[in-house]
Amino acid sequence: MMQANSLELAQQSILTPAGVELRQLEQALDTLMLPSIDAGELYFQRLSRESWSLEDGIVRGGNFHTEQGVGIRANSGEKTGFAYADEVQLPALLEAAKAARGIAASGGEGRIQAWRGQSQPALYADTDPIAAVSAADKVALLRAADAYARSLDARVQQVNVSLVANHESVLVAASDGTLAGDVRPLVRFNVHVIAVAGERREQGMAGGGGRFALERVMSTEFWQHEVREAVRQALVNLEAEDAPAGSMPVVLGPGWPGVLLHEAIGHGLEGDFNRKGTSAFAGRMGERVASELCTVVDDGTLAERRGSLSMDDEGTPTACTTLIENGRLVGYMQDKLNARLSGNRPTGNGRRESFAHLPMPRMTNTYMLAGPHDPAEIIASVENGLYAVGFAGGQVDITSGKFVFSASEAYLIKNGRIAQPVRGATLIGNGPDVLTRVSMVGNDLKLDNGIGVCGKEGQSVPVGVGQPTLKIDTLTVGGTRSD
Amino acid sequence: MAADALSRRGSNQDMTMHKPGSDQAADNPHAAMTNAAAEPVDHRADFAPAQLNALVSDVIEQAMQLGASAVEAGVSGHRGLSATVRMGQVETVEHHRDRSLSISVYKGQRKGSASCGDLRPQSIRDTVQRALDIATFTEPDACAGLVDAAMLATEFPDLDLWHPRELSAAQLIERAMEMEQAGRDVDARIHNSEGASAGFDQSVSAYGNSHGFCAAQSGTSFFESLALVAAEPASPHSMQRDYDWDNRRRFEDLLDARELGRNAAHRTLRRLGARSARTTRAPVLFTPDVARSLLGHLVAACSGGALYRQASFLLDQVGQQLFPEFVNIEERPQLPGAPGSASYDHDGVATGRHNALVSTGKLQRYVLGGYAARRLGLETTGNAGGVRNLLIHPGQDSQQSLLQQMGTGLVVNELMGQGVNTVTGDYSRGASGFWIENGEIAYPVQELTIAGNLRDMFANLLALGNDVDLRGNVQTPSWLIREMTIAGDAG
Repeated sequence: MMQANSLELAQQSILTPAGVELRQLEQALDTLMLPSIDAGELYFQRLSRESWSLEDGIVRGGNFHTEQGVGIRANSGEKTGFAYADEVQLPALLEAAKAARGIAASGGEGRIQAWRGQSQPALYADTDPIAAVSAADKVALLRAADAYARSLDARVQQVNVSLVANHESVLVAASDGTLAGDVRPLVRFNVHVIAVAGERREQGMAGGGGRFALERVMSTEFWQHEVREAVRQALVNLEAEDAPAGSMPVVLGPGWPGVLLHEAIGHGLEGDFNRKGTSAFAGRMGERVASELCTVVDDGTLAERRGSLSMDDEGTPTACTTLIENGRLVGYMQDKLNARLSGNRPTGNGRRESFAHLPMPRMTNTYMLAGPHDPAEIIASVENGLYAVGFAGGQVDITSGKFVFSASEAYLIKNGRIAQPVRGATLIGNGPDVLTRVSMVGNDLKLDNGIGVCGKEGQSVPVGVGQPTLKIDTLTVGGTRSD
Repeated sequence: MAADALSRRGSNQDMTMHKPGSDQAADNPHAAMTNAAAEPVDHRADFAPAQLNALVSDVIEQAMQLGASAVEAGVSGHRGLSATVRMGQVETVEHHRDRSLSISVYKGQRKGSASCGDLRPQSIRDTVQRALDIATFTEPDACAGLVDAAMLATEFPDLDLWHPRELSAAQLIERAMEMEQAGRDVDARIHNSEGASAGFDQSVSAYGNSHGFCAAQSGTSFFESLALVAAEPASPHSMQRDYDWDNRRRFEDLLDARELGRNAAHRTLRRLGARSARTTRAPVLFTPDVARSLLGHLVAACSGGALYRQASFLLDQVGQQLFPEFVNIEERPQLPGAPGSASYDHDGVATGRHNALVSTGKLQRYVLGGYAARRLGLETTGNAGGVRNLLIHPGQDSQQSLLQQMGTGLVVNELMGQGVNTVTGDYSRGASGFWIENGEIAYPVQELTIAGNLRDMFANLLALGNDVDLRGNVQTPSWLIREMTIAGDAG
């Protein structure tokens, strides 16, 4: 699986059906590159998405979506001109190029470098995950998941199951010599259940996926695991008591609770906010921002992970970028524009929702490396606190550094033991200092199951998170019980 | 949540992370931005309502010929231009032009859907075929199908939503520059900016179904926003940001750019010096811009999808006293010139037959489209696609007077995170705002959580202000709630 092959495949998928040849892309770039334009880029995308959903025991919904187009960008200093078209033929390319170059002022070189064919390993297979499994089998999977959920416990009253598969090709041709393609599969399986006991009604949610073929989701082991997880959560929540309110020690479970890292530090270390000086982390390179136990990376190179990409949406190969090393801030995540303007190198974090959106620095898979502690030892060290293992998501204000993440499954810790489950509660903290309060890091690093979506400036992209079990000495817990 | 499709928040920091597939509340997440366009308008040719209508009719015919027993289809287009400046320099100029088709076909009680992001004849043919293919594999659903023909809209009044004005990139840049400069000029502590944006959008959408219904609606929108950053010189790392925004049908109605700039500056400055607070129970006042989200949670819990999935804390609550008697909430879907106005919903059903949602505190109805209504054995409320111009009747009191009533407590003007559970009503979110003592602002606060249960919060609404925020599809004044749990780390 080499990138050169991906380029050919992307070309066949996007350009060939429209009768567009590479030399016409050169012509469009020529049109774009007025003397004052520093960088020009054509981003072609073709996407198919198929989804199926089951509610109330019936596979009542199925949808097939396709879109394709080209986004054309011209950079002149800090300025960006952008236009896009849902056609990829030459006239549309030229029209969009003329609109995008309208930004041009003075300065810059306007030169186009010869294209270099890139080749780096693809991190996932180029097969179409939609076509590989028949519709009848997908429908059967949803039915089986529904029946299985109901068989697990009589309190399960509602089951919703969905299956989504994306097949996407992208091709980037840019004035800096980039000519690269990528063929990206993405699949996701989700289960949502509602369990009822007397007056109580609670939900549980689980799911998994990644950049691999649907066959893996179709394996009994895979989907049954997610169904059991959703049912288990709902049943735990039926027993949940009111959550405490106030500051206390918090132990976070491994895997998906890594949403902490995504919010508390990840967004704050994106290159755009730091170039502009609007991040609470701006100007702090080299400073201690976490305890020595903490090393955090953003790694787009993990095979078949939801947040992984063989190359980013600007054609830069992805990398494993160390953000925090033994507690010190050592790296930001960059796209081409912010790297150029801040005198850094792109790190393969330039991502965009689609051809109709501008790229910006975004995370891929963000996680903390394993530490020295046995998870049981971490729990045992807490006299009174909270153990949170499931989260609905989070949000951050990168300027003040304040972030939240909302627990959907949590337990009290009493005298070093996990005690009763508590209702969902939001945890709130301050990004630049929350990791300085990490006093124990487990040896049980785990990545999430592959269903995360990150939103920034209205653009959504798939991402991954992960962490080992870790202990934060104090964090504010937003329950209702204030005694 | 169906609220606020029109509001483009000025915030560049809406960074969130979530699991997909959770809490899909409304039947369709897109609120309408619409107008019954009986009149010919000056769209470019491929955005003309008549052309979109013709396309919809053609798609329906194609699907029927290929064996569908019923069909519904929608075509929509957007075009616009926006500019962003930051620190007095142009940052981006973006041209937008989107077209899309979505179709649902029925083969008896089986349904299949497909959509595509362009309108080439081949793409359209493929999309129709895909929908038919899907419908051979989905399972029969007794409730599937078009709404009854008798429910469809037959009158299409001009709702005064189309006020096109072609603004050039230079004009938008100038407006954004003015806005940002006015904000930065307010105070030297405003030392940075996330940027000012200005832009416009023209949209047109056509919907038709095999009952013979076909109509198009179009609308304009003009928007502007600014987010500023401030710090005290003595503590440069303790930065604060805030923003202001506006969004109108008519360009002339937009808030003056300089005034918006100054508002953003004042909003940002008043956050400086924010600290946490003590964990306690106290009254909470939600300012109008964040109180909007509370109505959003009400709508989410009243929406058909949440109800038939039994994923709502408001199951079987029609006729019950949810709020105190002074509370009245209604939709005005055909209000001329308003953000959410439309004469028909996403099923083609006439709007405006069921406007009251809460009267004297009692829930009057749910928020239903055709499918959910059939599932629940009820009649559609014309809410396929969400609520349209949802308003809570304001009270008499100014915000200042509400603070006097509060005495000591918390004013919340920003909320963070997803901690709202529509199934149980459990509510726990991050908050910032002001701590109030003796009816006066004592100091700004941040890094707090507020928690309670929506049912209790609704029942314990003490008063509504007279300070309605007119900027969106959901409009409300301030809410004063008797008591919530506030958590902070100030001991």
